[in-house]
Amino acid sequence: MTDTTFGNRSQIAVVFDQAAAQRRCMQYRRRILDISQQVTALHAAGAFSAMEMVDYIYHGLMRRNADGTSSDTFIMSKGHSCMAQYVILEDMNVLSRTDLDLYCKPGGRLGCHPDYGVPGIEASTGSLGHGMGLAVGMAHVDKSRGDNRLVFVMISDGELQEGSTWETMMMAANLDLDNLVGLLDHNGSQSFGHTRETHPKFYPIREKVEAFGWECAEVNGHDASAIHKAVMCRQGGRPFMLIGNTVKGRGVSFMENKPIWHYRSPTKEEYTQAITELKEICS
Amino acid sequence: MRNRFAEVIYEIGCKDDRICALVADISPAGSMVKFREDFPKRFINCGVAEQAMIGIAAGMALRGMRPFCYTIATFSLYRPFEMVRVDLCYQNLPVTVIGMGAGVIYSTLGGTHHTMEDVAVASAIPNMTVLAPCDPEEMSLATRWCATESAGPVYMRLGKAGEPDLTANAIEPFQVGKVRYLKKGSDIALLSYGINVAMAFDIAKQLEANGNSVSVLSCHTIKPLDKEGVRQVLASHDRVAVVEEHVPHGGLGSRVKEIAWDMGARCRLDCFSLKDEFIHFYGNHEELLNVHGLSVPAICTQLLEQK
Repeated sequence: MTDTTFGNRSQIAVVFDQAAAQRRCMQYRRRILDISQQVTALHAAGAFSAMEMVDYIYHGLMRRNADGTSSDTFIMSKGHSCMAQYVILEDMNVLSRTDLDLYCKPGGRLGCHPDYGVPGIEASTGSLGHGMGLAVGMAHVDKSRGDNRLVFVMISDGELQEGSTWETMMMAANLDLDNLVGLLDHNGSQSFGHTRETHPKFYPIREKVEAFGWECAEVNGHDASAIHKAVMCRQGGRPFMLIGNTVKGRGVSFMENKPIWHYRSPTKEEYTQAITELKEICS
Repeated sequence: MRNRFAEVIYEIGCKDDRICALVADISPAGSMVKFREDFPKRFINCGVAEQAMIGIAAGMALRGMRPFCYTIATFSLYRPFEMVRVDLCYQNLPVTVIGMGAGVIYSTLGGTHHTMEDVAVASAIPNMTVLAPCDPEEMSLATRWCATESAGPVYMRLGKAGEPDLTANAIEPFQVGKVRYLKKGSDIALLSYGINVAMAFDIAKQLEANGNSVSVLSCHTIKPLDKEGVRQVLASHDRVAVVEEHVPHGGLGSRVKEIAWDMGARCRLDCFSLKDEFIHFYGNHEELLNVHGLSVPAICTQLLEQK
């Protein structure tokens, strides 16, 4: 099946413009911070840890038709990071500026978690441990039909505590889904603590993923070119998981690795400081 | 019902390549084996992983498939409940969850395998349709409806095997969303669904022997319930009884009482159900129902008492 799936690497941009990705990610973070000033809760930190990987999914992995559309699918299983997705969809004109301005407001259609039916959103997520099953079902149908489509699913390390994630990862390998790519935003942090403290015996993650029949690579999840290289060097023939080691709140010093920023929005003063600090991230 | 279900799924699956079956480690009976052999890509045994079964089915539905998820009721609905709620109902996807052997059919397997509150649980979720056909023929029609017409998720409560044919002489056709008169009388109406309709017929026989004219209805669509149909039943009989193998709250009995209150029904209304208890009794299905108070003699005695 590699012919119809990842064997078709030529369809994925061979050269990925890292500088352009850095510029975009900085702009995306700024936009998220701007929106944070309109609402009390934003999950900005989780969006910041996922930013480079989500950017790479949209701008590097998803193969585009001439009109900009794609038959490939992206599911944000860690739904609370959908802000990273919204700002990219806005940049791609899939969502409008008004959509984002009305984020979490009456009359708007974007909430704290992605809803199926909103343009660019291919599945409803928010409750953790659901996205992998949806992705496996989609990838299985695509593969069975011989459709040349890839399914990308981003999960959080917190989701690896959900049994359903492993149930469905097990099935992905059993179904030989070489058209499925998981991206793990491994920021080591969840709502109420650090995962290394809550689950110290769980590490290293990579061998667990491989034990379930997946190919797995581990990179700095903020380094676009490292992400690109890892994906391009994939052997194929199995589902593939990219572990991106990331920093929660990446880009704003006082947000980095502080669990409190899982949920809350910065105050006006914090916002000003964050914007000042925010600079291009060179991995 | 189990074997007939497999036959129907196979038959529909031959014509419609959107039909797929996902099971959770349940021994595929009869034609289900044929389905698996003839359509291997449309048959997935997820193993003992019910959350995976529902989640993957949802993903397949998002790609235009019309999956059926099949296992013992308690495992198809309770274990993966949040997948049913979020993946299927919140996204409103045309996936049918089959709850096999619902009620206390698996009597001696004990409370872990009894499904006594599924109608309440499934009915509580927005977008969900709840069906409980009473015999193999109704099941077959209901399955066809799920396969071709339903626009969203369905929970279908089934029996096990060996259910008698109860609808060959039905005086009304099967139509999803409508209560169905299987036999029409004028004094007492018995409302039931699923495997308990057979019990309703036995009750009717005894009531008739005592000089009553009895209606028996299959309320195969519990959600959305045919309110107008129920209103007419309540208005046109002196006595109405609901018989269901389900806890007292949240099932058909509760719904009929709501309707009766709203319309100011004048008839006498009795609801017979399982007790709101986990009963640690080991015997066959009928014996366990008896301990719950669901037996033909007990129900007849109460119905024949003076009003």
